[in-house]
Amino acid sequence: MKKKVLSVLLCVAMAATLAVGCGSKDEGTKGSGSDTKTEDTAKDDSSDSGKKTYAIVTKSAGNPYNEKEAEGFQEVIEAEGGECIVKHPEAATADAQVSVIQSLISQGVDSICIAANDENALQAALEEAMDAGIKVSCLDSKANADSRQTFVNQAGTTEIGQALMDAILDITGGEGQWAILSATSQATNQNAWIDAMKEIMKEDKYSKLELVEVAYGDDEPQKSTDQTQALLSKYPDLKVICAPTTVGINAAAKVLQDEKSSVKLTGLGLPSEMAEYIGDDDAHSCPYMYLWNPIDVGRLGAYTSIALVDGTITGAAGDEFTAGDMGDYTVVEASDGGTEVILGAPFKFDPSNIDEWKDVY
Amino acid sequence: MKEKKSIWKKITGSREASLLIVLIILCVVISFRSPSFMTLKSISDMLKNNAVIMIMTLGMLGVLLLGGIDISIASTLAFSGMSVGMLLKYNVVENAFLLFVIAIGIGALCGLVVGLVIAKGKVLPIIATMGFMYIYRGMAYMIGNSQWASAENLGDFKNFALGKVLGINNVVLIMFACYIIFFVVMKWTKVGRKVYAVGSNREAAAISGINTSNVELMVYTVMGTLAGLCGALAVAVYSSAQPNMLYGKEMDVIAACVIGGVSMTGGRGSVVGAFLGSLILAIIAKALPLVGIDSIAQNTVKGVIILVVVILNVVTQRVMDKNNLKGREM
Repeated sequence: MKKKVLSVLLCVAMAATLAVGCGSKDEGTKGSGSDTKTEDTAKDDSSDSGKKTYAIVTKSAGNPYNEKEAEGFQEVIEAEGGECIVKHPEAATADAQVSVIQSLISQGVDSICIAANDENALQAALEEAMDAGIKVSCLDSKANADSRQTFVNQAGTTEIGQALMDAILDITGGEGQWAILSATSQATNQNAWIDAMKEIMKEDKYSKLELVEVAYGDDEPQKSTDQTQALLSKYPDLKVICAPTTVGINAAAKVLQDEKSSVKLTGLGLPSEMAEYIGDDDAHSCPYMYLWNPIDVGRLGAYTSIALVDGTITGAAGDEFTAGDMGDYTVVEASDGGTEVILGAPFKFDPSNIDEWKDVY
Repeated sequence: MKEKKSIWKKITGSREASLLIVLIILCVVISFRSPSFMTLKSISDMLKNNAVIMIMTLGMLGVLLLGGIDISIASTLAFSGMSVGMLLKYNVVENAFLLFVIAIGIGALCGLVVGLVIAKGKVLPIIATMGFMYIYRGMAYMIGNSQWASAENLGDFKNFALGKVLGINNVVLIMFACYIIFFVVMKWTKVGRKVYAVGSNREAAAISGINTSNVELMVYTVMGTLAGLCGALAVAVYSSAQPNMLYGKEMDVIAACVIGGVSMTGGRGSVVGAFLGSLILAIIAKALPLVGIDSIAQNTVKGVIILVVVILNVVTQRVMDKNNLKGREM
């Protein structure tokens, strides 16, 4: 008897949780203007085929960077009179994205713009989408050439490599030892940037710079801290650490600033996370750093999706389109055999503009 | 001859001693390759960077002693850490002490719920804590609402991890305090002995009048409390609160216990063992980048070292058991 009562209670509790869960999701929609509300209207819409539906799939939920990207995407789509679906997968894995893609296919959206969590694992799902007539593009992080029509590259690999190398040259004063603190050793983005930096380093003006080590902090604060401390004790003459990853640069900035080290830092980081560490004086560990503007990445992703859907571009190299007030863009060949649209050079965050950006993202 | 034998006996007679030898060998090898390792600053850095894992190892010790397991701790930590981060970000609470109390309270509550489900609901620990792993991690995301708390939001709170008392970092002090308290409680108090009694033979303990489910409830609550405390510590140490904080680190905590000779089937393990185990893990994490092992190979090397230490430990245990039996035969 007691057991029966208990199981009934548990069932009620479960039902209640579900109800509450759905309720709070609606609330979230009202607050942040994302996810489910738009999804519902989109469903209604695709049945009576009025507006076009454009979906964006980010890397994962709970990350302000992805949030901003989706925000930019949504803003443009809605301004252009389309329906927008924002999907944040539960986890930053390819698996989670595959199920999201499949549900989008069955909803019959017109386009999917995705920040791929894995270069190859999404191929089957994305090909299925393209077979169903959905226009597929990537933004921020690409899937392989076969599983996309084009890719919105937040900043060209060479542009980033160039910006970072020039920063290192500037901060070291033209010569000395420097090291890289990266994410994981398999991270596609980071490896491409590091390779680009190594290529640029061969030029004469960088000849007095010595890259002593590429360390990997796996995007974990704890491991990145260990790696930074190891770099400091292994290379007493180190002048600059370059961390092209948001978690790594944050952990390194903290170590350097706490230890009042003379070693300086640059790289790619989030302004809100790094505001505390950016400054020209010795009390701050990072004179300046770079990142692209995620809102612009999302906006360009939206314009690309629209151009793909209305047929302005097909994703072939040489196609041209106008991205609203962002100007004209051309689809170009990407290094992996596919095509891409490059947003532009990375954006520099320094003491003069960090205060205005730290509240943005 | 006799003296030699007794030293040998001492070494093989205690798992802690064998761990200590492993620790010393590790340190000697590392400082040979990298002299900067054995400096005071480097050791203090290492302890600070691993304090969170080391403290949670204590809670896990209690859980494992009962033959249970708790894989929800990293999620509990993230939930309490995110709560602290958000309270600071929106300037609700700014007093560091109060924030610690809140974090510990949240952790204790999380642990209590886990304990109730396991001890009173009779759900298998691995299954119950797997569920709570997702629940608490999800709650960390929900309370964060797609926001992080960064160094700038944390105000004076982050200075806690920089402060020193008597030349020792605050975080490291808290860690040592936890170890001392646990050492005393587990060795000399009724509560501590009850945990061992229930862990080694639940039926016998129940018959002798110990309320076994209460002991179980307590162990998981303590585990949660420590995880809550570590949530606040982690935010202070890394000056950043993110919902994916210490993702997957529950395995490091369990590994630290296993290295320290804590038995997964319960009843066996000590505070000293847990300390040495987590210290070995911390040294490995600190030393691998220092001695110049290729980054890509570091995880493999870490795994191999863990396995070697555990095998060594098991062998010591066997020799110990054999010696004990020998004594009985004679």
